[in-house]
Amino acid sequence: MNKIIRNKSAKLSRRKFVIGSAAAGGGLALGFNLPSGFGAALAQGAANDGTEVNVWVAIKPDDTCVIRIARSEMGQGTITGLAQLVAEELECDWKKVTTEQITPGANLARKRAWGDMSTGGSRGIRTSQDYVRRGGAAARMMLLQAAANEWKVPVGELKVANGVITHAATQRSVSYGKVATAAAKIEPPDPKSIKLKDPKDWTIAGKPLKRLDTADKLNGSKVYAIDVKLPGMLCAAIKDCPVFGGKLKSYDEPKIAGMPGVRTVVKVKDTGIAVVADTWWRAKAALDALPIVWDEGAGAKQSDATIAEHLKEGLTASATNGSRENGDALKAIESAPKKVEAVYSTPFLAHACMEPMNATVKLSADKAELWVPSQNVEASLAALSEASGVPLAKCDVYRLDLGGGFGRRGGTQDFVHQAVAIAKEFPDVPVKLIWSREEDQAHDFYRPISQCKLSAGLDADGKLVGLHVRVSGQSINATLNQAAIVGGKDTRQLQGFYEEPGDAQLGYSVPNLLIEYAMRNTHVPVGPWRGVNTNQNGVYMECFMDEVARAAGKDPLEFRRTLMSQHPKHLAVLNAAAEKGDWGKPLPPGVHRGIAQFMGYGSYSAAVAEVSVSDRGKVKVHRMVLALNCGHAVNPDQIAAQVEGSVAYGLTATLYGECKVKDGRMVDLNFDTYEIMRLAEMPKVETVIVSTHDFWGGVGEPTICVVAPAVLNAIYAATGKPVRSLPLKNVRLA
Amino acid sequence: MAKLNINGNIRDVEVEADTPLLWVIREQVGLTGTKYGCGVAQCGACSVHINDQVQRSCSIRVGDVSATDRIVTIEGLSPNSSHPVQKAWAAVDVPQCGYCQSGQIMAAAALLKRTPKPTDTDIDEAMTNICRCGTYQRVRTAVHMAANDTSRT
Repeated sequence: MNKIIRNKSAKLSRRKFVIGSAAAGGGLALGFNLPSGFGAALAQGAANDGTEVNVWVAIKPDDTCVIRIARSEMGQGTITGLAQLVAEELECDWKKVTTEQITPGANLARKRAWGDMSTGGSRGIRTSQDYVRRGGAAARMMLLQAAANEWKVPVGELKVANGVITHAATQRSVSYGKVATAAAKIEPPDPKSIKLKDPKDWTIAGKPLKRLDTADKLNGSKVYAIDVKLPGMLCAAIKDCPVFGGKLKSYDEPKIAGMPGVRTVVKVKDTGIAVVADTWWRAKAALDALPIVWDEGAGAKQSDATIAEHLKEGLTASATNGSRENGDALKAIESAPKKVEAVYSTPFLAHACMEPMNATVKLSADKAELWVPSQNVEASLAALSEASGVPLAKCDVYRLDLGGGFGRRGGTQDFVHQAVAIAKEFPDVPVKLIWSREEDQAHDFYRPISQCKLSAGLDADGKLVGLHVRVSGQSINATLNQAAIVGGKDTRQLQGFYEEPGDAQLGYSVPNLLIEYAMRNTHVPVGPWRGVNTNQNGVYMECFMDEVARAAGKDPLEFRRTLMSQHPKHLAVLNAAAEKGDWGKPLPPGVHRGIAQFMGYGSYSAAVAEVSVSDRGKVKVHRMVLALNCGHAVNPDQIAAQVEGSVAYGLTATLYGECKVKDGRMVDLNFDTYEIMRLAEMPKVETVIVSTHDFWGGVGEPTICVVAPAVLNAIYAATGKPVRSLPLKNVRLA
Repeated sequence: MAKLNINGNIRDVEVEADTPLLWVIREQVGLTGTKYGCGVAQCGACSVHINDQVQRSCSIRVGDVSATDRIVTIEGLSPNSSHPVQKAWAAVDVPQCGYCQSGQIMAAAALLKRTPKPTDTDIDEAMTNICRCGTYQRVRTAVHMAANDTSRT
């Protein structure tokens, strides 16, 4: 059960409201000055019917325990995981837990009491775990105090389990629902007095509990944003100039006059055209029939070949845009008795969320409302206000669970800006904008294209003495967050290669190391795509590591181990994958293993893949074992689900993923040519959770980056030839 | 104008004959459990049963469906999500985002009707719907579980 708390308070503080969409959008910050009128009496607000113990917990008289969720659910299981953390500290009955999603308007009205709502970068649990657990603990303390007050006994004499408070001495007991109203009136505890449980004592968190949000996904009753129906609603279909950077030149509206259901044609900014009709299909049919002339602009001259040439130049250019260095790698390689060199490349990729981009907007004289699937509803709120001109305090966003996100629905909110532009033509009428699949493929913020040149030097004993890595490719920050590029430096594209521990550290120590980034942007917009730059960098580093190991005459696992003594967490995960993945043990004829490890999102990942390559060059991935250390594991079954999903998303990219560019536009506009892996190709996936319980790492993204390199290394083992460019469908293996 | 038999109800809809059945189901009939994913019969999010066969409704013109064709959507598969496939889906916690799952469930139900004890190869061949969250491994497990559900009729 999932309800939405709407913004009922229009009173806001005059202060800077900063919307951080760092997760998906890359640190985009929008500043707003809010209207005055804020007072101390602020906003008990959002749907508080007296049962709210604190912002995270409301308890109904029937003991239903409502846990508020600020992050967006897109399938990753954050609703269930966050509820487990609150419930653990609350000591409530898990069977009586329901969840409620708050709106960004409600959050704003209550001084962002629910904190950051943006959902990306695998941060949903790891960056909110502390305050949501504290919220659950504070609510428990208030409920216990309320019972103690009523019974006139010291609170220290009370015990609680499953939402029932007991006092042994007087043999009294009461359920949470009976004391919730009294608890709500109690002063919240001093934060310093809140002691969180040792995770070793968890009984709800840490357990493989079933998801809370499954039931309505089984019978068609779940409403996604694309399903929203509102009284009098109109529907819109849109085409933006197929060449990035191009503009709308002209269109012949009379040609579609009289088509069924059509209301009007709306020019959307300088670049797009939309048809509004009574149903979406009629809008789309009319849009397809509408003659449109585009001013394609300079981008039309770009193609795969021109882009590849541009990136290639960056592999050897003298100036770079960020680097890390220890020792003198170039000299060490130069003077090494054995050298290995290779150039790798990875293409643009689309997110291809199953639910195409969409947004429903209703603009009235003093109100703007938005129904949207969004990974960052505060960015959605900001976009709504900015595009409509309606003050933030009079805007609200009703978040619907996403039919896939993967980084596409974060900070950019391009579809919201479009929907508002269209809805402006229809005051007081809700307008639902839906992109066709073709539009979705044509106007993504794609995974950045890049190339990478790697050089290694080995000494006479086969020891790695020098490594030089040069990445040349497009910058996400250049598209989405130029403020993050300071002095021309942008190390975001070196994710996974960092020296600093904690987030995306390279797990190898090399005596002479030089890793550099050369920014080579194109006219194609790019953005975060599940796993972001760990995907490309994981392929480059881990596949090259196999090439170097082979040149050194060493086993790929043994070779890696010799470089990892300074990185025990990386090593432990690699060892776990190797052990569960039966590294070194016999295999059926024709089946080969590959191994890889990498780090991102504060978690450590490794994989072993079992792969065969047929005489005709057809790749079959039989089994994959993935090991993950995310520190604390909140729901092991949902972690396994995320690992399985990462394998599917990562294998699609490995086997098929490629957005070709021709005449400045995307070529593959639907799943007939932009192929997606199906069930028949899904390998058996085994998840090994290596929890060290001493940090909080991400889950949704970390493991995807080891999928491709483990598979490519197995192919290398099978064929003796390294695969250096993706996707595999373009590579002749036989 | 078309006359349709959807989930046992006869519905008259005012619509152009070349409208895809998917959009008639979603917009004129108002059943939104059947999803739009690609419009070209690739992804299977729009899967429905027509006369017990699974069909991709995005690529069927409503004008080509007659009132004697029995259309079943996810909403009509069972009362109270009681179909063995739905029960297995819940037991295995198959869905992630859930968007493709109506189609997955309809494809699985049609498979089991045709092949009550499917092999992995049968499942490979029948379950061609796209899931971007990557629930494929659990889909396979749940199809086997549903096949072994002894309460199945």
